[in-house]
Amino acid sequence: MARRYLLEFEKPLVELEKQIEQIRELARDSEVDVSQQLLQLETLAAKRREEIFAALTPAQKIQVARHPHRPSTLDYIQMFCDDWIELHGDRSGSDDQALIGGVGRIGERSVLLIGHQKGRDTKENVARNFGMATPGGYRKALRLMDHADRFRLPIITLIDTPGAYAGLLAEEQGQGEAIAVNLREMFRLRVPIIATVIGEGGSGGALGIGVADRLLMFQHSVYTVASPEACASILWRDAAKAPEAAAALKITGQDLLTLGVVDEVLPEPAGGNNWAPLKAGEVLRKAIENHLDQLTSLPISKLRQQRYKKFRAMGRVLEQKNSGEGITA
Amino acid sequence: MPVSLFDWFADRRKGQFVGKVSQETDESDGLWGKCPECGQVVYRKDLQANASVCSNCGHHNRINSDERISLIADQNTFEATDTQLTPTDPLGFKDRRAYADRLRESQANTGLKDGVITGICRVESMPLALAVMDFRFMGGSMGSVVGEKITRLVEKATSDRLPLLIVCASGGARMQEGMLSLMQMAKISGALERHREAELLYMPLLTHPTTGGVTASFAMLGDLILAEPKALIGFAGRRVIEQTLREKLPDNFQTAEYLQEHGFVDTIVPRTRLRKTLATLLRLHGVKTVK
Ligand SMILES: [Zn+2]
Repeated sequence: MARRYLLEFEKPLVELEKQIEQIRELARDSEVDVSQQLLQLETLAAKRREEIFAALTPAQKIQVARHPHRPSTLDYIQMFCDDWIELHGDRSGSDDQALIGGVGRIGERSVLLIGHQKGRDTKENVARNFGMATPGGYRKALRLMDHADRFRLPIITLIDTPGAYAGLLAEEQGQGEAIAVNLREMFRLRVPIIATVIGEGGSGGALGIGVADRLLMFQHSVYTVASPEACASILWRDAAKAPEAAAALKITGQDLLTLGVVDEVLPEPAGGNNWAPLKAGEVLRKAIENHLDQLTSLPISKLRQQRYKKFRAMGRVLEQKNSGEGITA
Repeated sequence: MPVSLFDWFADRRKGQFVGKVSQETDESDGLWGKCPECGQVVYRKDLQANASVCSNCGHHNRINSDERISLIADQNTFEATDTQLTPTDPLGFKDRRAYADRLRESQANTGLKDGVITGICRVESMPLALAVMDFRFMGGSMGSVVGEKITRLVEKATSDRLPLLIVCASGGARMQEGMLSLMQMAKISGALERHREAELLYMPLLTHPTTGGVTASFAMLGDLILAEPKALIGFAGRRVIEQTLREKLPDNFQTAEYLQEHGFVDTIVPRTRLRKTLATLLRLHGVKTVK
């Protein structure tokens, strides 16, 4: 039965799955026709799963977003990218393993892909630094994006990080500077940029490859200004209040669509993308192609103008004029 | 961002580095104060006359945005912009207290609408677009108003072809505005890209403390990056890093001097020489005086 990694709120499904398994075993050893029973139980299980996943709290979505079997950057690349060649190094002495990139083909188009890369188990995660990139990772990303700019390759970025790496060496090498320069330079680029939060979008570490013409999010992905744990420690002075913080911070795709941060929320099957990775790949590939169709037809000046305006409009302030007041973007 | 802000709060609770800078000298209302760094008893008016820098040990006490502006701008030349912008509560955020209440309290305590003052001034008769963050307002955290006011100033500097100085003092993102706060980093960086493309001079001045989201955006995007002596400047918080490493960090870790040593600060400017240094840099970069 221990064939898949279960999240806390999926436990109600365990009993059903156990029954299904037992009946299957029974059927193997006897002549009894159990197909009717099986169908009933499987339908019930699917229904329960759907109910559970339709009502996930933000804190539960974080668990789905961090699921060890959720498709990663390299999984997506493998699923929908032909002729993929990974490109290494920041040309300044490092090749970060937590933020990877390369060139490949999606359909008829050559593109540049970059993304955070987590591991599936502890060993892989140590090698990938749990998807937390160093300054060298952000500089490699910028080098590759500059390359894309020179050769007019659209840029696809896949976001999946708890945050940029916090460490002595990262500070020494200018983590803040590396991210800051990416934010500025991504406004300069003359090619379409599509960013997708495939798992966790952790603060500045996510934004460092997240300035884009289109920002997409999967249904159970999250994008946060601060991890709910840290936020709870600071504002509630109690890390155990992380679920409350997760809800208050508005981190889900639907919330961010409402706030004007995200352009499209991509659907996931009940059970999350880890339940049907191939389907997830198909959904993302279609979305990317659809947005690229729209963006590649734009003249460069228009593209950059729209990108600027998109971010320019973010935020909510009250503007008090002499003649009354009104909310502006 | 979150981590360094966390440190800031944690340290403030313990009464460590952040608190000690200004409180001892600002909060007692006697004529005399004691330098939190060297213990020297100083006459308050002398301290103010010396830009709140201890004449004995050179310790830079924290100053507010008004005091900062008067140290930089020629007398009566500062004209504030976008003073009508006030914060809202876009998420309806409530932790132990409602964000709306925290805002009202900060506004009452500081007389400011939010954490930054922007405007145009002259420095030795040369024009300068100037933004000054005020750490007293919710730890200088960056919400929509801070982002919008700075962005508008950068845009004005670009269209009027003005050099730009942003005095940074911030614990990072304003979590109560969620992702809208994070996106201010991108918004300001985009405006700075246009200012840069117009070949105009931008200088951030990093003061104590400059951390988190501000460090990961406009604080590090200067053509020239200036810092005040001993200012704490960093991306992640010291505590978080110590937890990751389980080893002791260098004594000068994340100070202005440390950043200069590692190539991220052009020059450290003592506050008493700030105006002169700015004027010299503006002049050297071809900024003309105006009447
Ligand atoms: Zn002193």
